[in-house]
Amino acid sequence: MVFDHFLLSRLQFAFTVAFHIIFPAFTIGLGSYLAVLEGLWLTTRRTVFKNLYFFWIKIFALAFGMGVVSGVVMSYQFGTNWSVFAVKTGSVLGPLLGYEVLTAFFLEASFLGVMLFGWNRVGPALHFTATFAVAFGTLISASWILAANSWMQTPAGFAIENGRFIAVDWIKVIFTPSFPTRLAHMVTAAYLTTALTVLGAAGLQQVRNKATPETKVMMRMAIGLIALLAPLQLVIGHESGKVAHEYQPAKVAAMEGWWESGRQPTILLGWPDDRSESTKVLLQTPVGFGSWVVAGDASTPLKGLKAWPKADRPPSLIPFWAFRIMVGLGLAMIGVGFYGAFLWVRRKLDAARVYPWLTLATAPAGFLAVVCGWMATEVGRQPFVVYGWLRTRDAISPVADGAVATSLVGVLVVYSLVFSAGALYIGRLLFAGPSSSEQARDAVAAPGNALQLAAAAEEIAP
Amino acid sequence: MSLDLPLIWAAILAVAVLLYVLLDGFDLGIGVLFPFATPEERDVMTAAIAPVWDANETWLVLGGGGLFAAFPLAYAVIMPACYAPIMLMLGALIFRGVAFEFRAHGRNRGKRWWTFAFSAGSLIAVLAQGFVLGAFVQGIHVKNQAFAGGPLDWLTPFTCLTAVSLTLGYALLGSAWMVAKSEGDLQIKARGWAVRLSLAVVVCMALVSLATLVVNPAVGARWGVGLTGINWYRLVSLSPAPLVGGGALFGAFLTARSGRSDSLPYLLAALAFMAGYAGLAISIAPFVVPYQLTLWQCAAKDNALALMLVGVAIMLPVILSYTAFVYWIFRGKAKPDHAYG
Repeated sequence: MVFDHFLLSRLQFAFTVAFHIIFPAFTIGLGSYLAVLEGLWLTTRRTVFKNLYFFWIKIFALAFGMGVVSGVVMSYQFGTNWSVFAVKTGSVLGPLLGYEVLTAFFLEASFLGVMLFGWNRVGPALHFTATFAVAFGTLISASWILAANSWMQTPAGFAIENGRFIAVDWIKVIFTPSFPTRLAHMVTAAYLTTALTVLGAAGLQQVRNKATPETKVMMRMAIGLIALLAPLQLVIGHESGKVAHEYQPAKVAAMEGWWESGRQPTILLGWPDDRSESTKVLLQTPVGFGSWVVAGDASTPLKGLKAWPKADRPPSLIPFWAFRIMVGLGLAMIGVGFYGAFLWVRRKLDAARVYPWLTLATAPAGFLAVVCGWMATEVGRQPFVVYGWLRTRDAISPVADGAVATSLVGVLVVYSLVFSAGALYIGRLLFAGPSSSEQARDAVAAPGNALQLAAAAEEIAP
Repeated sequence: MSLDLPLIWAAILAVAVLLYVLLDGFDLGIGVLFPFATPEERDVMTAAIAPVWDANETWLVLGGGGLFAAFPLAYAVIMPACYAPIMLMLGALIFRGVAFEFRAHGRNRGKRWWTFAFSAGSLIAVLAQGFVLGAFVQGIHVKNQAFAGGPLDWLTPFTCLTAVSLTLGYALLGSAWMVAKSEGDLQIKARGWAVRLSLAVVVCMALVSLATLVVNPAVGARWGVGLTGINWYRLVSLSPAPLVGGGALFGAFLTARSGRSDSLPYLLAALAFMAGYAGLAISIAPFVVPYQLTLWQCAAKDNALALMLVGVAIMLPVILSYTAFVYWIFRGKAKPDHAYG
């Protein structure tokens, strides 16, 4: 392995994009949750919803801020580190990203100000519109970015002219074969990520014997969503896998750890090794099960990695394990959703002792699963950046090794600092939990009023 | 007759970058001015930009994303050429961006650190943008339609001058914004900053203009100034740009000092930026990589430009109207009451 600007740029891109996706994964779900909370407050006038809105908006502001600034990095890195990619795909991917800025980023950024600072400046209808606009913006943004990434996975609707990609059918460019299932998979993942965090935040207060009407509502809303979406996600993920099998069979072979072609088992635990071109199997199903899962028929022979020349194979270890961790976490989500629903129906939720601890354990599961899922799909696309058409190695910028090494170190330092501080501040808020007298941020804070006193009390509190 | 799509896109991007400079310019400038304010004044200063900074920075994303989409070749040449300052800018923008929220959540040491991060991040981001501007104007080494220079090409005396000048310019916008958004002692202080900065920016603009003529002889020729003599007709016919810029800065100086108008200093400083921007356009059009690649050479395929033009034609008016609406909602003097907390 040579640490040249190519490998360093890949590491830098992997790190910055993995860091970035954590925040959209959270804010897509949280934006919608806030819109639901504000809608419930306006229709039911139960203060519990208003308190929850003001509580979660503080966390949303922190996470959204980190998402924005880490996202700006992405829009420049295509040029700084992957300039050949930029030149070759600009006429196809450029408009997709351009539309993302025009239809989503401005909407989110502009109405975020109203959402955060406008509670007492605008009427309730307009404020709700602002919250809705931000939530909707996050979904539009997800759609465009998934369209762009799906085109890189399963390119369609294009031709090559003078060595560059050009679009011949925009509908096909945007709606590539993998786009619908991947978008559904990602948005569902974002909702699950948020729901698991909300559930864990409620569980935390229950563990501390500090459950309030607010945390009880949080727990029930989260359980309802997880019990519904986690099993659905299994189905969507499976559909997405079928598309990958059809269009990117080498990726599926890497994720499954298959080397030889033929009827395949499903390897549950093992260690694929690119050098020996084999997988050390610890636990696997009978042969044929893997063929049945992927192709719907146990007798179907499926290709193993050896069916491709070495230069066209993705590395196997990361897709294999990232995929397994993602699926394992997904199953755990189904468990925590169903168990919670069971306790809820039995009216044992508020007295449960073990369950809140369980919710703490699964609180970060969504984030981990999202990052693992993206690792599986992005590493599985290698050695191509545009699958089958443009190799990652051929997409690199003519920049100096030292420049990229320096920027990578800088990125690691800056991101670690920012992430630690953000995690600390979000953690503090989650630990304190929602109070029964949460205030809008633009409430008048003249010295000596209730808000200032409350803030002062918070400072003194241990 | 078919539309000249690359030309239309050059105009759209020019407007996007101008709006970025005028809008994010004042909130970055406020970060640059942070060290000169008291802790209480700083809370008013962040309150004056808190609801809008994020949308302001989105114009930078449109600038970068739009360059990628409309002129992929220019994007692919300029970004690697300015690798270090771009990375520096992005890192600095991360610090100052999260600092808005983090300042409110930090306790003693945390708040002090994020106050520093906001200020230093703003300063470094502006300096880096100034380096990019300088590197762009002085010329980029291009071979076979790719960047072929060294990693430190962006660092020259000329780019240092542009970096300092842009920083003072943004600080002027920031101080003028605070004249408009504050009252009492802070406003008096902001007027003082604006007075001194408008004078400094006049000097900087003059220096940068003269240096540009020398650093890039092609720019000199464009303005009618060369080693062989001066083309007076050309120079005089283009002179309104620098004259308006100088006049606007003088106006900003007078209005900031007299104290009669709260909004004119910002508007005049913005006019000066527009004049400087026009001067830049005169110097380099129709190149997007100065004197190497024209906008037609760098443009994306026509069908991509056309698709995006539809989006811009529909969305840009919508964006501009809700942006104006948000500014209107948060009109009037800033108070720390709608700050973070």
